[in-house]
Amino acid sequence: MGLTITQKILSAHCGGGEIEPGAFIMAEVDFLLANDITAPLAIKEFEAFGAQKVFDTSRIALVLDHFTPARDIESAQQCKLVRDFARKHNIRYLFQEGKGIEHALLPEEGLTLPGELIIGADSHTCTYGAVGAFSTGVGSTDAAFAMIEGKVWLKVPESIKFIYHGELNPWVSGKDLILYTIGDIGVNGAGYCAMELCGEVIEKLSMDSRFTMANMAIEAGAKNCVIEPDTVTAEYLKEVPAVEGRYGLNCKSDVDAVYKQVIEYDAAEIHPQVALPSSPANVKPASELSSINIDQVVIGSCTNGRIGDLRTAAEILKGNKVHEYVRLIIIPGTEKIYLRALREGLVETFIEAGGIVSPPTCGPCLGGHMGILAKGERVLATTNRNFVGRMGHPESEVYLCNPAVAAASAIKGEITHPEGIQRGSSLAL
Amino acid sequence: MITGKVHKFGDNINTDDIIPATYLVTTDEKELSKHCFETHSPGFNKKAEKGDVIAAGENFGCGSSREHAPRALKGLGISCVIAKSFARIFCRNAINIGLPIIECPDAADGMDEGNTVEIKFEEGMLYNKRTGDRYRFTPYPEFLHRIISAGGLMKYARRKAKNV
Ligand code: SF4
Repeated sequence: MGLTITQKILSAHCGGGEIEPGAFIMAEVDFLLANDITAPLAIKEFEAFGAQKVFDTSRIALVLDHFTPARDIESAQQCKLVRDFARKHNIRYLFQEGKGIEHALLPEEGLTLPGELIIGADSHTCTYGAVGAFSTGVGSTDAAFAMIEGKVWLKVPESIKFIYHGELNPWVSGKDLILYTIGDIGVNGAGYCAMELCGEVIEKLSMDSRFTMANMAIEAGAKNCVIEPDTVTAEYLKEVPAVEGRYGLNCKSDVDAVYKQVIEYDAAEIHPQVALPSSPANVKPASELSSINIDQVVIGSCTNGRIGDLRTAAEILKGNKVHEYVRLIIIPGTEKIYLRALREGLVETFIEAGGIVSPPTCGPCLGGHMGILAKGERVLATTNRNFVGRMGHPESEVYLCNPAVAAASAIKGEITHPEGIQRGSSLAL
Repeated sequence: MITGKVHKFGDNINTDDIIPATYLVTTDEKELSKHCFETHSPGFNKKAEKGDVIAAGENFGCGSSREHAPRALKGLGISCVIAKSFARIFCRNAINIGLPIIECPDAADGMDEGNTVEIKFEEGMLYNKRTGDRYRFTPYPEFLHRIISAGGLMKYARRKAKNV
């Protein structure tokens, strides 16, 4: 019987052989990460256990990205604790304040490769499925255990195959495909399962959009998301640094692999999507929404803070002005993305349009800092979650969309489809 | 066996509901428990008593990977969470920290706010003392049972280390 790519990767990490969905395995971890929120708890467990050293100093990343640059004394303490631990144990990948948001950063550093098994004490660790890795979010205790043993316990998931046919409509990106999908299957539609994405649309999709899609698999309850590595992946990997001792492994699902379900979509049906409060599954096409005024727009996060996202936003904002009632906050995902955006003139475009450009941080995405909402305020964000109170006051509202919709709406002051916005002229409104 | 008073919750209770992100600057269970369900159900931390049980709908604990969520519940003294289904990471976090959870849709539906429930883990039996209803649940698979009976993943690891 054929195996899925997810089964193959898991099998390769627990001694080989066929493993069936539902089986529990103790698997070898190629790489693990934790951040300024989840690492302190993992470190506490690590120390309580009395562990003297980590299993491998070059297979752990500690990323200070959530409440950084430290927003208050408590978060400064948390960061210090992580920093001290990293130095004490010689952890090679300590990414300090401003280096980037973990899920944008690690792939860019060449630390997530096809066929690898990666865990992270952060739910959006599923992002690396975009390069063809098995990657999944775990808790801090899992991270502590893995730091000591280099292992994680896992239940082998069933896979659901998603096939996207046809051609993308204008202004549609990976964000819209995944929002549409979550809207269709629901927030637990892929519960405990692997989402395997394929079809002509995926084959032509940029890496940026692939990352966005894999990133949000957790919003459908998935354990992991995976896209078979192809030429787009190979091109991307040529640009990232090679890491000693890490080679990756290209796996493909067998033609007779068994799926729990196969779901097919026609891209012609998919237009720019908006998720309304307070669920990422509560989606509607942007064109069907009118008169939803917004107070703030956030373009950034591990979902949509990559260079392609910033270019799209800049294309729309160029020569336009942000609506006088709107605050536009733009957060490049990593330092490298920030530099590229600077060199390409995107930062200038954002500032000239009236936007605020923040250093890389999770910031407002989790209601941390750098753009918290007051009671009754409404934000349109390119982030991945719009739960009650996610970005501030419990009575504020979060709408989710792609960077084009976000930029266009920032100009218009209400949620809008980007097609009405003309470059260099706000008169078209 | 445990006996506790039921607090009823709906579907898709997410980790931001259980513990808002802004309080994730501590790892202390007691400190976290002070803000448990703060925006979702203000006053819950005062209402909940040691040994109480949560009965919830589908997808309990969805959202972020923050282990602070089950830890906040543990800090509050919650002795078990019964739900129709659990979000994956919450489920593993609860197991890893030794917070008992039970997936049992009928029981989750059949219990109301303020009911008293008796849970016998070994027998896979839930008993609603108010209504007299009994529910069966599937005991944990062997692998997880070993982690849970050790009292969580780190204790399991320690036990294993000693045996070697
Ligand atoms: S940007 Fe948001 S979703 Fe991504 S890691 Fe940071 S807090 Fe989590």
